[in-house]
Amino acid sequence: MTFEWLVALRFLREGRIQTLLILLGVSTGVGVIIFLSALITGLQASLIEKTLGSQAHLVVKPQEEMPRVLHEGRVVGTDPAAIAAGLQPGDDALAVRLEKPAQRLRSINQWPQVIRDIEQTPGVTAVSPLVAGSAFVTRGVAQRAIVLRGVEADRFTRIIDVPARITAGRFGVTGTEAVIGSGLAADIGVRPGDRIRILTADGRNDVFTVAGVFDLQNQGVNDSWVLVSLKSAQNLLDLAGGISAVEARVDRIFEAEAIAQDVARRTGLAADSWMKLNGQLLTGLRSQSSSSTMIQVFVVVAVALGIASVLVVWVVQKNREIGIMRAFGTTRGQVLRIFLLQGLLLGLAGWVVGVGVGTVLSLVFAGLATNPDGSPTFPVNLSSQLFLGTLTMALAVGLLAAAAPARRAAGLDPAEAIHHG
Amino acid sequence: MAEPVVRLEGVTRDYGQDVVTRVLKGVDLGLEPGSFTALVGPSGSGKSTLLNLIGLLDRATSGRVLLDGVDTSGLDDTALTRLRGRLLGFVFQFHHLLPAFTALENVMLPGIARQGRADAALRRQAESMLDRVGLADRLHYRPGQLSGGQQQRVAIARALCQGPRLVLADEPTGNLDTATSDQVFELMRRINREEHTAFLVVTHDLRIASRCDRVVDLVDGRIVGDHAAPGASS
Repeated sequence: MTFEWLVALRFLREGRIQTLLILLGVSTGVGVIIFLSALITGLQASLIEKTLGSQAHLVVKPQEEMPRVLHEGRVVGTDPAAIAAGLQPGDDALAVRLEKPAQRLRSINQWPQVIRDIEQTPGVTAVSPLVAGSAFVTRGVAQRAIVLRGVEADRFTRIIDVPARITAGRFGVTGTEAVIGSGLAADIGVRPGDRIRILTADGRNDVFTVAGVFDLQNQGVNDSWVLVSLKSAQNLLDLAGGISAVEARVDRIFEAEAIAQDVARRTGLAADSWMKLNGQLLTGLRSQSSSSTMIQVFVVVAVALGIASVLVVWVVQKNREIGIMRAFGTTRGQVLRIFLLQGLLLGLAGWVVGVGVGTVLSLVFAGLATNPDGSPTFPVNLSSQLFLGTLTMALAVGLLAAAAPARRAAGLDPAEAIHHG
Repeated sequence: MAEPVVRLEGVTRDYGQDVVTRVLKGVDLGLEPGSFTALVGPSGSGKSTLLNLIGLLDRATSGRVLLDGVDTSGLDDTALTRLRGRLLGFVFQFHHLLPAFTALENVMLPGIARQGRADAALRRQAESMLDRVGLADRLHYRPGQLSGGQQQRVAIARALCQGPRLVLADEPTGNLDTATSDQVFELMRRINREEHTAFLVVTHDLRIASRCDRVVDLVDGRIVGDHAAPGASS
């Protein structure tokens, strides 16, 4: 054991009360930060997971048709639009405005190529074509408005894991099979094996067999979604061979918006990320994160000030001993390192205790309240990243807090310190 | 004649910034290897200041302090600290042991500080030093568990463990009763004879001073007397 370690450890053991006080401060700080972070990241992760449980990360659609002015200004040359309107060159301005067309499904041009383009975009992990439109489902006299979604089973389940969310029957969308939301199933009173008729606004209709019922933990989705094969939806929605949108999954969900922009640039289509579609949720999460960060910063500052003040008193109490050590050949550097080492050791020990406290607190809190299905109401996320982060913080705080007292100790005039303490 | 362990040449020391007080007013002094010298003088005469300068705990305002022939005025703090650890030992009026360490550890600490870590040789050296001061059975006692005389003997063992050329003792017996004083003083004299280690003992106690080889009398920052002690042996 080196001289600095020997003295630092012995001093810590000797100064029981101070050591205990500082340990208490550091471990409380670390505990609070771990608990708070675990709770907030856990809550946020579960919120996002719920949101993304029934939503693709990216949705790529044809550009919106906007109202646009066909022609404006002085007629020059042989403008076909002007000539069609019976105007001569030099005539005054005329504005022709095309209003936004009534909602109609438009197919994505050359969609197989578009899907390949999206698949090759960095960050995208799964891509699935989609035909979606509104329709009605009838069963007996019951009739409900639905969202009809035509999908390719194996591609789609990599975007939204419906098979894992089946509550009755099985997942199957081949032929005339359909999978419907649990709310809708209850609403119209169907079970797997029952038949339903799907009807669109322009009168096309078809009969499907309910293969399964799913619960995506999103009421809007559960009450309205009907999943069928891509081909069935194309027929019903009069989009033979076409698709209305492409859905995609990305590996890093918080980079979804950047990836969406990349996809839009590559395909020339409109690409929206879940982040854009859930702006309010994200704003809420961000303000929650920043308030939690604020609390953590203040905790760190308070802990650092606490350690520093105890260490300053400690150095004053140890003046004479430091003077003696200097007299018998201890260098300023050694004295400095002794006190910095004490700061580091206090940070480390406080972190160990704090991790224990924070972890126990988090797990107790998570176990305290549970949902009917047994999952915690307050999910906590105790990641190794959190432990490493707080370790770094505890060591840095210990070192920083010890810096001023250590410099003071190293700068002592030994003669003065020995004679006057 | 051998090079003195310490040589002071015209050393002065001023204190204060606005009102400058000259505590030492040009001191010339040499201490021979193996000598045993008493430094006497009234309170405020500058004894402690002189001791601090020789001990490299303080710097002279002017003049030169040579340790073993090395001029110390140009050395930085680390070099002074190393020199101090190698050549000098300190014994203070109040033992000044580190209370968190055992007697053995206190004696070993200067060596540990110097070489960075403890080793078996250092431990043997410290044990034999404590044996010589008569504390072989108190190695693992904390200072708080030892009597005043025992503590002072540990402090002497600590001062001597690194084999210094000169031991600076500031009122080493000032805090002890007469009988213990005598024991401690005799211990220092014995080591002086056996190891040829020079001693400079600051004392108020004329009985102690009279048993040294040489008495240097400091009054008002100047050496006013420097003579062989009347009762000195040899």
